[in-house]
Amino acid sequence: MKLVKTLALATLAALGLSGAALAAGSYKHPHGPHHGFAWEDPFFGTYDRAAMQRGFQVYKQFCSNCHGLKFLSYRNLGEQGAPFFDAEYPNANDNPVVRAIAAEKVVTFIDQETGQEAERAAIPSDRFVSPYANEAAARATFGGAYPPDLSVIAAARHYRTDYLYSLLTGYPEEAPAGLTVPAGQYYNPYFPGDVKANWSGDPKLVPVGGMLAMAPPLVEGALEYQDGTEATVEQMAYDVVSFLKWASDPHMEQRKQMGLVVLIFLTLLAVLLYMSYRQIWRNVEH
Amino acid sequence: MSGPSTYQPKSGFEKWLDQRLPIVRLAHDSFVDFPTPKNLNYWYTFGGILAVCLVIQILTGIVLAMHYTPHVDHAFASVQRIMRDVPYGWLIRYIHAVGASMFFLAVYIHIFRGLYYGSYKAPREILWMLGVVILLLMMAAAFLGYTLVWGQMSFWGATVISNLLGAIPLVGPDILKWIQGGYSIDNATLNRFFSLHYLIPFIIFGVVVLHVWALHVPGNNNPTGIEVKSKADTVPFHPYYTVKDAFAIVVFLIVFAGFVFYAPEALGHTDNNIQANALVTPPEIVPEWYLLPFYAILRAVDFDVSIFGTTLIDAKFGGVLAMFGSIMILFALPWLDTSKVKSMRYRPLARQFFFLFFINAFILGACGSHPPDEIIVKFGETAEGAYGFTWLHLAKICTLYYFAYFIVILPLLGLVEKPKAQPPSISEAVYQRPTPATMAIPAGAAADHDRRA
Repeated sequence: MKLVKTLALATLAALGLSGAALAAGSYKHPHGPHHGFAWEDPFFGTYDRAAMQRGFQVYKQFCSNCHGLKFLSYRNLGEQGAPFFDAEYPNANDNPVVRAIAAEKVVTFIDQETGQEAERAAIPSDRFVSPYANEAAARATFGGAYPPDLSVIAAARHYRTDYLYSLLTGYPEEAPAGLTVPAGQYYNPYFPGDVKANWSGDPKLVPVGGMLAMAPPLVEGALEYQDGTEATVEQMAYDVVSFLKWASDPHMEQRKQMGLVVLIFLTLLAVLLYMSYRQIWRNVEH
Repeated sequence: MSGPSTYQPKSGFEKWLDQRLPIVRLAHDSFVDFPTPKNLNYWYTFGGILAVCLVIQILTGIVLAMHYTPHVDHAFASVQRIMRDVPYGWLIRYIHAVGASMFFLAVYIHIFRGLYYGSYKAPREILWMLGVVILLLMMAAAFLGYTLVWGQMSFWGATVISNLLGAIPLVGPDILKWIQGGYSIDNATLNRFFSLHYLIPFIIFGVVVLHVWALHVPGNNNPTGIEVKSKADTVPFHPYYTVKDAFAIVVFLIVFAGFVFYAPEALGHTDNNIQANALVTPPEIVPEWYLLPFYAILRAVDFDVSIFGTTLIDAKFGGVLAMFGSIMILFALPWLDTSKVKSMRYRPLARQFFFLFFINAFILGACGSHPPDEIIVKFGETAEGAYGFTWLHLAKICTLYYFAYFIVILPLLGLVEKPKAQPPSISEAVYQRPTPATMAIPAGAAADHDRRA
């Protein structure tokens, strides 16, 4: 059938172009968790709320000392689809968990009475408080490095969440023999970079990966989960990546739900239109 | 095909209006009673699909502009705000972003259809050339819009592409400064890009009106390439093609929605989710997929053109000429193709070169997405490193074929090719279709390759 052929060719073209888009990049391919992430099913995968809540705990304890989430507000944590959403509090600003999280932080503001800078506890409508005042302050604190903001990190790296998981779990206990790791730097085979300059071994066997200023951030036993889950490095990586994935794609669940309705509607409409087409053209040789 | 109008005003108001502004008559003659060849296949539905794409882009774009801030300090953050906090902002923006890709997917199918069925030939040269103008405007709009996101790829893509203008001899540097509004891509650039990005779609809309006008004078081409001879060859546009186009549009929207809801970021580059930073160059700068073939052509010219030691065209300007030339040559296509036969159904040789050209475009796209020095087939290794057949080598071969197809192959084929016998009319072609019984005969199989079963 001509229609089938046309459709097949169009689909091929569509696949071809998405293939071209994905083909870019020459980094070592990272590996996600063996059982995959909860949201991975493209049509029905949803977020694992318990993992996201644990992930927020990991973020708070390990990441937030260096990494901001500047495009998020505390209220986002309690909105539909978010880690601390509670149906009892449709307005996330009223959510007690969110209020408590915000209240731990201090924000500065200009007192309208005095014109002086003053401080108050953060409220859910405030943006996430940055761990440092500005980029220069960050670089001064972190030995010249500028820890990237994590708001969209899960969408801003090649291989996305698989990359994050691999980076967090991929620090070797010891750098390969022959590789000189400068002070304040750490070797990670998943970090995009080039270690040729630090390699004294066989020039044909330069290790993949690169050096970064981030020490292995997840330490086994350094955190106790509130829900009693065992805090292995893999578990913590899975959880914090779940949280960061949500942070960069907060409307994913709503998007997939709406997509299903839209696709069903369009498919039914297509069937009706095809039947109309057959009906209208029935007496025309074409 | 614009024969006498068949419009009959019914009500008193319609008669009154028709004597003052015959707009209903125009619509009736253009989209209702417009005689259309009855053998158009699904490849001919992409014109309607493209109209839908343009409307979708304009509508979503107008809403996005209400929430977007064209300032280097706020642009990226305002896009994030649209994605997170604006009600259904994520939906509007994903439709707009995926819509750009879908628009190009449709326009490329539309162009290849025109190439295959010879839709650029007399009397449709102006129609074809207006289409090329639309393609150029679309590329400009897409490039400008991509900059507005103000991610890393936005910024560096804009830097690379605008720097091309600096390669123009003598006046290049001044033009570059004028376009950028300074010495680099900065706030002034972002502001003018935003302004132009909002303007161009409306210019496209205007040229589309001309494109449709130029279509409605000679009427549609069709898969046989034979002009309409009698009323028996045609059906009125409505309801026959309104329903067929509507069906195709909805099928297209299913693919569109699939991307929007389930893989909205699949066609984009991850680096564009990093805020623009003039101090950090990304490891690779690549355009969106729909511009990759042209990017490959740009990079394929890495040599100066010299005569007696005098450089006439340096490599950079040569690349720019090749890239723009690859589209400009389409303007000349109606006169480059010397064959009197329109449809490649009846051109056994041209057809093979056409399919090669089609594949060539995909390979060029792959070349554009890979680092030019990356080796595909390794020949060996020296002290300096490995050597072999690189993506750049492949890009050069494909660029050569791209231009040869228009400049050498099509002009020559028209002279040497012996076309197959054409049916006398569209109706004859339709009635000659094989019945299921004759289809079993293998001899007829090749000739009936692209006819509907």
